[in-house]
Amino acid sequence: MTHPPQPSRAEPPQRERRGPDGKGANPERLYTITGGSEGAERAPLDLVTLIIARADPPPAAPPEQAALLRLCKSPLSTAEISAYLSLPFSVVTVLLGELLAAELVQARAPVIRGAVADRSLLEAVMHGLQKL
Amino acid sequence: MDFKSSDTLRDGPHIPGPRSGDHLPDTVSAAVKVVIVGGFGVGKTTMVGSVSEIRPLTTEETMTQAGIGVDDNYGSETKTATTVAMDFGRISITDELVLYLFGTPGQERFWFLWNGLFEGALGAVVLIDTRRLEVSFDVIGRLEERGVPFVIANNAFPDGPRYPAEELRQALDLDPDVPILECDARRRASSRDVLMTLMRYLHELALARV
Repeated sequence: MTHPPQPSRAEPPQRERRGPDGKGANPERLYTITGGSEGAERAPLDLVTLIIARADPPPAAPPEQAALLRLCKSPLSTAEISAYLSLPFSVVTVLLGELLAAELVQARAPVIRGAVADRSLLEAVMHGLQKL
Repeated sequence: MDFKSSDTLRDGPHIPGPRSGDHLPDTVSAAVKVVIVGGFGVGKTTMVGSVSEIRPLTTEETMTQAGIGVDDNYGSETKTATTVAMDFGRISITDELVLYLFGTPGQERFWFLWNGLFEGALGAVVLIDTRRLEVSFDVIGRLEERGVPFVIANNAFPDGPRYPAEELRQALDLDPDVPILECDARRRASSRDVLMTLMRYLHELALARV
């Protein structure tokens, strides 16, 4: 079998390859995310760090904290918290930092963080996708 | 409204949160993520929506960056602020493991600024549209720079030029082992197959590293 000729686009445009060691890689590192986080020693929260509330909101909790604690009665990712509360991700991480420090929430870290996915994990994901 | 009484607000209709069927079980202990990248309008959000078990959600972030290289933003020499929106969906894998898919409605040169989006991601899906192949060049280059493994999914539009896979591979300057497949991002099964292809590829890479 043959593909019909494409007279108008005989050849696709050509990309130039880059590499992980290429000069000028990662110029984006110059950015900083805004946000009032003062606790730089804490482990960074990922978009898919799962958060679960460990306690009911204390009576004195500010509304955002109380809303977050109610939201996380079952586990939710920080991305979902950000979406449901309509708050930027960095604001959510600041709120969560306070709640983690007060031990009002528990964080379940993502499986991998900058490391290579292991085979058993990938096999589990494949198995799960097959059921979809 | 009395914010001090948690029970009065609980499950109220005005309180945002997951719909009743969208709660994760308490047994979920780990999450992984895959990022769907590509040029503007190639179907990233469509793909997220077609495989997600929840209605796709949007999270956003405000980026402040030194004003070099990225954008000539009104001649500002100090910093520019950009709000980057990210659509995402979720697939429960097991009672313990959940997969999140992140796409973006546009502004592709900005979401590489999102701290941690690609760190820890299993890999990426590059959605391409053969009518505008060149819009994917930049994101492929950025994935290469970061060492993020990816597959190429050709979201086959009926009026798009049909190139043989090897011609696409040459045009995109990809290694022979990078999978290239056609898909229809609107279809759940097709989007699922794209993710399966990515997982198989990652599995091969993991085997090769041993």
